[in-house]
Amino acid sequence: MGNGTSVGRVRGLGSSHSGSHHWLLQRFTAVGNLVLTSWFAVSLMGLPNFSYITLRDWIASPVTASGLALLVISVFWHARLGLQVVLEDYVHEAGAKFAAIAALNLAAFGGAAYGLFSILRLALGA
Amino acid sequence: MAVSILHRATGSALSFGGLGLLLCWLGTLAAGPDTYALFLAQAGTWYGRIILIGISWSFFNHAVSGVRHFLLDIGAGFEVKSNNLWSALCPVIGILLTAAFWACLLAR
Repeated sequence: MGNGTSVGRVRGLGSSHSGSHHWLLQRFTAVGNLVLTSWFAVSLMGLPNFSYITLRDWIASPVTASGLALLVISVFWHARLGLQVVLEDYVHEAGAKFAAIAALNLAAFGGAAYGLFSILRLALGA
Repeated sequence: MAVSILHRATGSALSFGGLGLLLCWLGTLAAGPDTYALFLAQAGTWYGRIILIGISWSFFNHAVSGVRHFLLDIGAGFEVKSNNLWSALCPVIGILLTAAFWACLLAR
């Protein structure tokens, strides 16, 4: 190990791609999940019942629709990041890993889009 | 170690089961009262209840061990005694929160 600058001493010693960014995003979305799912669970406990009318009116309020939309974005993002780590741990063959992560991205974005569209439809009058 | 495995297992289960359930719920609501009635009917069956309770338990367990991760990330709780204590308490707190959640829902 050389005795240059601190960056110079560690450069070339291992992977330095976007791992720390991924790690941080996993934490940021976890904070989002904690706030939004707590709000969601408490709201569910506060609703008088789970009938269609009750839920439609609840979701139609701007605060609920915004909260649910943020919840969908946060949980799908967090799940995408988490499952990527699981895949990287267990799928070692490069081609299979690429295919698995590509499928994961499609499923995560597709699922989130479906959730957001459903919320929009309810919020703007189903 | 069990807490770590449980964190990953419940996280994976939530990604498929939990998010699938969330989309079923939102999708059937968006489709209208008749479709949502199908969701409610399935949710009320014995297997529907097992799935709902299982997913809510996965959620609370994952949330509690996730908070434990936050505390470990800031460098707290690495002493053997407190680390063992909290890793043993995490699954217990998860079960208690699940029970409290269902008690609230069923008591209405």
